[in-house]
Amino acid sequence: MTTATETFFKSIQESTVPSYFGEGKTIRKTALQRLLEIGLPSNKSEEYRFTPITKTLEKKLVWETSTQASTLSSIEPFLIPGLDAHLIVLINGAFAKQFSNLDELESSVTVTTFAEANTQIKEKIVAQLGSLNKSDDAFSLLNTAFYQEGIFIHVPKNTVVAKPFLILHINDAQQKQVVSHTRLLVTVENGSAVSVIEKSDSIGAYPCFHTFTEEIVVGEDATFDYCKVQNDSGSIHQVSNTTLSQSNTSKVNTFTLTLNGQLIRNNLSIIIDGEHCESHFHGLYLVTGNTLVDNHTVVDHQKPNSFSNELYKGIMDENSKGVFNGKIYVRPHAQKTNAFQSNRNILMSESATINTKPQLEIWADDVKCSHGCTTGQLDEEALFYLQARGIPYDSAKAMLLYAFALDVVALIKNDTLKSYVDDLITERLHKNF
Amino acid sequence: MLSIKNLQAKIGEKQILNGIDLQVNAGEVHAIMGPNGSGKSTLASILAGREDYEVTTGDVQFNGKDLLELEPSDRAAEGIFLAFQYPVEIPGVSTINFMKTAVNKIRHYRGQGPLDAVAFLQLMKEKMKLVEIDQSLLSRSLNEGFSGGEKKRNEIFQMAMLEPKLAILDETDSGLDIDALKIVAHGVNSLRSKNNATIVVTHYQRLLDYIVPDFVHVLYKGKIVKSGTKELAKELEAKGYDWIKNEAALV
Repeated sequence: MTTATETFFKSIQESTVPSYFGEGKTIRKTALQRLLEIGLPSNKSEEYRFTPITKTLEKKLVWETSTQASTLSSIEPFLIPGLDAHLIVLINGAFAKQFSNLDELESSVTVTTFAEANTQIKEKIVAQLGSLNKSDDAFSLLNTAFYQEGIFIHVPKNTVVAKPFLILHINDAQQKQVVSHTRLLVTVENGSAVSVIEKSDSIGAYPCFHTFTEEIVVGEDATFDYCKVQNDSGSIHQVSNTTLSQSNTSKVNTFTLTLNGQLIRNNLSIIIDGEHCESHFHGLYLVTGNTLVDNHTVVDHQKPNSFSNELYKGIMDENSKGVFNGKIYVRPHAQKTNAFQSNRNILMSESATINTKPQLEIWADDVKCSHGCTTGQLDEEALFYLQARGIPYDSAKAMLLYAFALDVVALIKNDTLKSYVDDLITERLHKNF
Repeated sequence: MLSIKNLQAKIGEKQILNGIDLQVNAGEVHAIMGPNGSGKSTLASILAGREDYEVTTGDVQFNGKDLLELEPSDRAAEGIFLAFQYPVEIPGVSTINFMKTAVNKIRHYRGQGPLDAVAFLQLMKEKMKLVEIDQSLLSRSLNEGFSGGEKKRNEIFQMAMLEPKLAILDETDSGLDIDALKIVAHGVNSLRSKNNATIVVTHYQRLLDYIVPDFVHVLYKGKIVKSGTKELAKELEAKGYDWIKNEAALV
C-alpha cells in the first residue's frame, strides 16, 4: 500500500461514517470496518492475481470520492441511437435529473433515487441494500461505504415494463480526476418482466475510477434481461459487482460487452434460489491497446431442477489482457441441475494474453455439468479456405472473427440494441465485407 | 492458360515436388494421378496459394501472370478455383453469405459492381440445380455437420457460382458414393467449356469414367513420370502403381 492509500484509509478511519443520505448507515459502517481490515487487494490476492488494480489506481489517482459537478451540456454522444428507453443518467456518481427521462413509465412501477425516496421506499431500500451482495470484495465494500447515489427500481406483480431502462454512467474527467461509486437496486416481482441496459462512458484526459454495485431480485415466473455495454472512449477503471437472485421458474439473460476502457473488472453472481429457473449469461470482450478486462462470474445453484448456461468469448489484440474466472456451485440438494460453461478466446497478437479458469464445485450427485475453455489463434485452414474463394485476407479474418463472436449476441431481444451491438462489433473487427 | 516449369517445393525440410512441368490449355481436362504421398495434393495446394509450402525453384504462369506472386484471394479472382479435399467447417458463416461475399469481392477485383440481392439469388438458384443442393443446406453454417457428399457438392456449387477459368479438383471423389459421384461429375461436366480448363487430382480411375480427361499424368516422388491419354488411367486401374514405380526406378 502506498502512503497516499494509507493516508486515505487513516482519514476514513478517523472520520465519521459518510452519510450522504440517512439510509443504510449501518451497512456503510460495517463495510468500512471490513475494508479497513482486509485492505485493497495486492498482487498476491488470488481473486486479483492477473489484475493489478490497486497498484494501477494508486499510481494514477487519489481515492477521495468526487464531488465536482459536470459541465456536460449534452449526453447525446453517449446514448444508444434510436433506442426507445426509460433514461436514467448518473454523472460523476450523481443523479442528473435534467438528462433523465421517465415520463412514459408505467404508473405502477417505482423508480427513484435513494436521495429522493420517500420514507416508505427508504425502508424498502434499507431492507434490500446488501441483502444479496455479501461479497467480501474490497471494491464492493468500498462501494458500499462510499456510494454517492443509488437507483431503486421496483416492478410490481404481473407487470411487463414495455420499454427497457437505459442507465448511463458518465464520468466527466475533463477538469480533474473522477472517483465515483453508484448503486442499483432492482426488484422484479412475481410474473413481471423488465429489461435493463447499463452503459458506462467517460470523457476527459484525467484518470477515472468507477465502482457500481447492483442487487437484482427476480421473483417467481419473472423475466429479467440485462445488458452491460462497456465501450468507454476514455481510460476508465471500473469495478462492477452485480448480484442477481432468481426465484422459481424465473428467467434471466445477461450480456456483458466490453470493448474499451483501461481496466475493467466485472464480478457477476447469479444465485439460483428457485426451481425450474433458466439463466443464460453471455459475455463478449473484444479488446485492443492496453485494455485489461477481467470477468469473474459465479453461478450458485441452491435449488434443484434449474438450468444455467454461460458463454463468454474474447478476442484480444495488441497488448490487451483478458481474464476469465467462472465458478459454478451446485449445492447438495440442487439435484437435476444442468449447468454449462464455455469460455473461448482468440489471441490476435504475440503480446496479448488471456488467463482463464473454470471452477466447478459440485456437491449434488445427480447433475449435468460441463465446462470448457479454449484459447487459440484464428483457424489458418479456415482463413485459407475463404481466401481461396477470392476473399482478401483482411476481410476473411474479419469474417471469421465476426462469426466467432456472433452467437454470444443471440440473447439480445431488443432489435435496436441488437443492431447497435452488432455495429459496435463490426466496427471493432473492421468487418467490411 | 497454365504453364508450370520446373516447380520444386518443400514443406519444412522435406522436399515434396522435384521439378514439375505441365502445360494446361483452355478447353482441356487434365488428370493427375499417383500413389499416396506422391505430391498430388501439394501441387493443387501450391497453385491455390497455400502458405505451408515453400517454392524453392520454378515458375508458374497463369494467363500471362506470375501466379506464385499473387495472394490466394487474387488467384481466385484471376480465375483459379480449388475444390478442397477436406472442405473446412466454418461455424457462424452461412454458405449463402460466404458466397455473396466471395462473388462480390471477385467482381470488385475485376472492376465490376456488386450483384444486387435479386441477381445474386437468381444466380444461386440456377447453380443450386446443377449440383442438386438444397437451399436449406446453404443457409446453414458453412459445411458444419454436412455429410462428406454434401461437402463435396457444396464445393462444386461454389465452383459453379464463381465460374473459374481453371478448376482444380483435389481428390473430389474421396468419400463419395456412386450417386454423389455422378452428381458431382455432372456438375463439373456442365461447367466445361472451350474457355476453361480442369485439373482433376485423383488416386483412382473411377472418377475419370465420369469426368473424361484429355490428358493423364502420373505423379511419383514429386515428378510427372508418365503422361498419356485416358487409356493410361485404365492401365493404372488394371495394373496398379507398382509398374510405374518400377519404371521410375529404372530411369
